[in-house]
Amino acid sequence: MPTRLPLLICLVSGVVMFLQYFSRHPVAKLIYQTVTNDWWQVIFAFTLIVGVASFIKITLRKISQKKDKTYSLIALGGLILMPVLALIGGTNIESPFQWAFENLLAPMQATVFSLLAFFVASASFRGFRARSIPAAILLGTALLVLIGRLPIAEHISESIPDLTFWIKNYPSMAARRAILIGIGLGSMTTALRVILGIERTYLSGK
Amino acid sequence: MTILLAPVVVKLNFFVELTYCFTFNFNMQDLFDITTLPTLIISVISIIIVAYSIISVKAGNKFSIREIPGLKAVEEAVGRATEMGAPMLYTPGWGGDIQRPTTIASLNILATIAEKAALYDCQLVFPTHDPVIMAVAQEVVKEGYAKAGYPDRFNPDNIFYISSSQFGYAAAVDGIISRTKPASIFLLGTFEAESLILAETGNSIGAIQIAGTDSTIQLAFFIVACDYTLIGEELFAASGYLSQNQSILSSVKAQDILKVMIALFIIVAVIWATIDPSSTWWRY
Repeated sequence: MPTRLPLLICLVSGVVMFLQYFSRHPVAKLIYQTVTNDWWQVIFAFTLIVGVASFIKITLRKISQKKDKTYSLIALGGLILMPVLALIGGTNIESPFQWAFENLLAPMQATVFSLLAFFVASASFRGFRARSIPAAILLGTALLVLIGRLPIAEHISESIPDLTFWIKNYPSMAARRAILIGIGLGSMTTALRVILGIERTYLSGK
Repeated sequence: MTILLAPVVVKLNFFVELTYCFTFNFNMQDLFDITTLPTLIISVISIIIVAYSIISVKAGNKFSIREIPGLKAVEEAVGRATEMGAPMLYTPGWGGDIQRPTTIASLNILATIAEKAALYDCQLVFPTHDPVIMAVAQEVVKEGYAKAGYPDRFNPDNIFYISSSQFGYAAAVDGIISRTKPASIFLLGTFEAESLILAETGNSIGAIQIAGTDSTIQLAFFIVACDYTLIGEELFAASGYLSQNQSILSSVKAQDILKVMIALFIIVAVIWATIDPSSTWWRY
């Protein structure tokens, strides 16, 4: 019974959500909106409490063990600071909360995102090495696409930008679509396995 | 009190609206959306093929799967971490939630890795951006440790929630990688812009990295930065490959049958469109 009930709920929910896709009846739309918006938000809100509690517990332990103490204090400070600022001054455009968001959080996020440019350069340096014939073809194609996207490409030859678009729209797109078909079929069979109760990892495999 | 009552209010509201729709707003013509007919036909064909494959297992048919280097390397990755006495880091990425099949596929792989981690007494760290994934992952890993016969080795604090913010999550995982220097890193799930940030940091500390995602854009980054990459459906076939469960393997076989059918359809459509450029039936 402890296993059968969740499996039954999963089967019924899966079948209902599958069938509602093929209907334009208000009931079908209502089911979809309620399950994906309201019910999901309720589940998320409750698990968020568990998640944040686990985060606080782990961070406090690290502080008491003096392990990554500085990082843990900053993380805990950030977690407390933002809700406190929102509670004291609200969340309107001139509130301290918005100030902290725009002047602390946004620049920090932009900094991490900016790292991507350096990582792309280092990964490209490693990846684009002509060690074999396929790797040489990859290197040549990558260089061609890079040059084709630059304003100078048109001055070198008018056909370079066209060739770049052809590479992106035909050979590259064909490969992408082949992978996407595999992913689509994989997603579908995984969903079916879960709905039919063959895949039970989410129930601890019971 | 308000928080506790929220689910009750939401459910009551739903049933009230549902009753109203059935009583005053029921229109038989709206029951089926005719524009979704091609999708319904394809879905039914797919379900029949998958169901047939699963039933054929009960008739005694055996299925096997080709060798997948990325999954074969799981043993090597766990072994390396054990020998080095360093932890393993597993993350399902920032892009997905528990509703996504990719996350389910990732958790299936996690179950096997947790079992091996328990067997070799190797620390498995699982940071995540989603508290729902955290709760499910804790159960999955706990069961993996119990299956291996070492439930006492399970530490729930190793599976933890970090932040729902994309770059907050990326910075935190980067920090964990830089400080704890895991011997093996598993990047399996739905990744977005954080993919290369994590993979390059892992590469810089010399960790063995196994990656797989359903995002074709991020796949290119993983191929360059990681040792092994699961491409396309390999991620979804992983659970069958690792567990050798015949029912799961049969659904992978069904996937192959469907792939052949799609390829045949494309070939026929290309020939048809070449002969008759005004034809449109294949566009659905």
